[in-house]
Amino acid sequence: MEYFLQQLINGLTLGSIYGLIAIGYTMVYGIIGMINFAHGDIFMVGAFIALIAITALGFVASTGIGLIILALMLVLVISMLFAAVYGWTVERLAYRPLRGSFRLAPLITAIGMSIALQNYVQIAQGARVKPLQPIITGGYTITETMTENGLFAVQLSNIQILIIVTTVILMTLFSLLIAKTSLGRSQRACEQDRKMAALLGVNVDRTISLTFVVGAALAAVAGLMFLLYYGVIDFYIGFVAGVKAFTAAVLGGIGSLPGAMLGGLLIGLIETFWSGYFTVEYKDVAAFSILAIVLIFMPSGLLGKPEVEKV
Amino acid sequence: MNGKPPLLSIRGVETWYGKIVALRGVDVDVYKGEIVTMIGANGAGKSTLMMTICGDPKAHAGTITYEGIDITNAPTHEIMHMSIAQSPEGRRIFPRMTVLENLQMGAAVTDMEHFDDDLGRVFELFPILKNRKGQRGGTLSGGEQQMLAIARALMSRPKLLLLDEPSLGLAPMIVKQIFDVIRELNESEGLTVFLVEQNAYHALRLAHRGYVMVNGEITMTGTGAELLAREEVQAAYLEGGRH
Repeated sequence: MEYFLQQLINGLTLGSIYGLIAIGYTMVYGIIGMINFAHGDIFMVGAFIALIAITALGFVASTGIGLIILALMLVLVISMLFAAVYGWTVERLAYRPLRGSFRLAPLITAIGMSIALQNYVQIAQGARVKPLQPIITGGYTITETMTENGLFAVQLSNIQILIIVTTVILMTLFSLLIAKTSLGRSQRACEQDRKMAALLGVNVDRTISLTFVVGAALAAVAGLMFLLYYGVIDFYIGFVAGVKAFTAAVLGGIGSLPGAMLGGLLIGLIETFWSGYFTVEYKDVAAFSILAIVLIFMPSGLLGKPEVEKV
Repeated sequence: MNGKPPLLSIRGVETWYGKIVALRGVDVDVYKGEIVTMIGANGAGKSTLMMTICGDPKAHAGTITYEGIDITNAPTHEIMHMSIAQSPEGRRIFPRMTVLENLQMGAAVTDMEHFDDDLGRVFELFPILKNRKGQRGGTLSGGEQQMLAIARALMSRPKLLLLDEPSLGLAPMIVKQIFDVIRELNESEGLTVFLVEQNAYHALRLAHRGYVMVNGEITMTGTGAELLAREEVQAAYLEGGRH
């Protein structure tokens, strides 16, 4: 039971990170029907910008807790801003000129952009992994039990609390933005019928740009969290995390926002539980097998909308 | 008409879809306060003309002016900010948005000023929409969707309303209701309407003036009553009686 609880905490943490990235995939797919393969690399860029900002600000674990939180918020904003600029630029340079051309064209460009971003960071920052000294340390011991192997303690670290709480706050704010504001309505209108949205005076190009900007900013949050949680990053982290988050978006139902959040959590949990109870080596196999099984029985994903609409 | 310049003036407009020509030099004038209709068979280019006015697709040749401003090459979303609204072919209701959200989208160009007043007004015109307020657009019947499409267009407080086949696929009762609303809006508020229809009898009876379009060209024009009386019109568009 204690072991289960520990895996649950770890799984939720990982799932939060996947969920934040998955939102970017699902929103872009929803509005222009393409898989933005460069999105995982925007996450990676976000993590690097966060690392650069942390290094530049020069704070460490011994800095007072109040100051750390303040500094991290500053890092978060910087990282979101820069990632948003990257997201906007990628769309403007690589995808918009191809809008209206055949379906595979933007897909191939997206793969190209992904490789370009990876190589750019590899050249600019070097290929070696970049470590970060732990900044947020400590945590809580929830329960302690004696087992035949010794004392087993269920730990909830401060960084895990930070990740889960930030994710919950951001996802709530983001859901409200999409559901309640006129910006969110325009976004959904473009997703359902771009031509009609334009006929109602919506600037479709601008809405698509904003979708990329918002998705990239959320990916940057995930990037900062990944950096704080694992303490090492390199130019290649975007590929693996991107594939997982994309899987999460498909599992939840591509195009669906709650689906992306749910899918992210599920992929995180599946991976963690599989590693905890079976073998770490096959955790990805497990995640993808469950994806395959779900898609066989629910082709549009867990919360995806059915293809046919009543007219 | 009275020497005043038209509200909407279409001159020599040609529109192409790739290598296929859809409009071959169309001239249409719509004056303030008029209901003007364009009748023609399926595929004649009526809807293409509606969309060309809104800049999607752009005219290949010719000019479109609205309130004296050349809008031929303006982007669609800018044209729709100039107090033109369209209820398009196929209605294009947002299926996964509620009736209320669809209407809010219609009011987007007004920055939601006087939204409540306008909402009350369209609910008066189409009371059924009030009952369906929280329902998703995709679950409405065809008639309700058509009413919603018109109501959504009215939410922007247009001076010119473009209506593309509002009667298509609807029961005669509903068609009458919708045409009555259009007449009422025109008479009481002076709303200018450009209506494209296959249902020539209703459209010509409603309209002050009409145009007949065949294969992307205007072949006849006159007042509604004149066109209704013409033998060619009767033979081609009123065959099968006055339904």
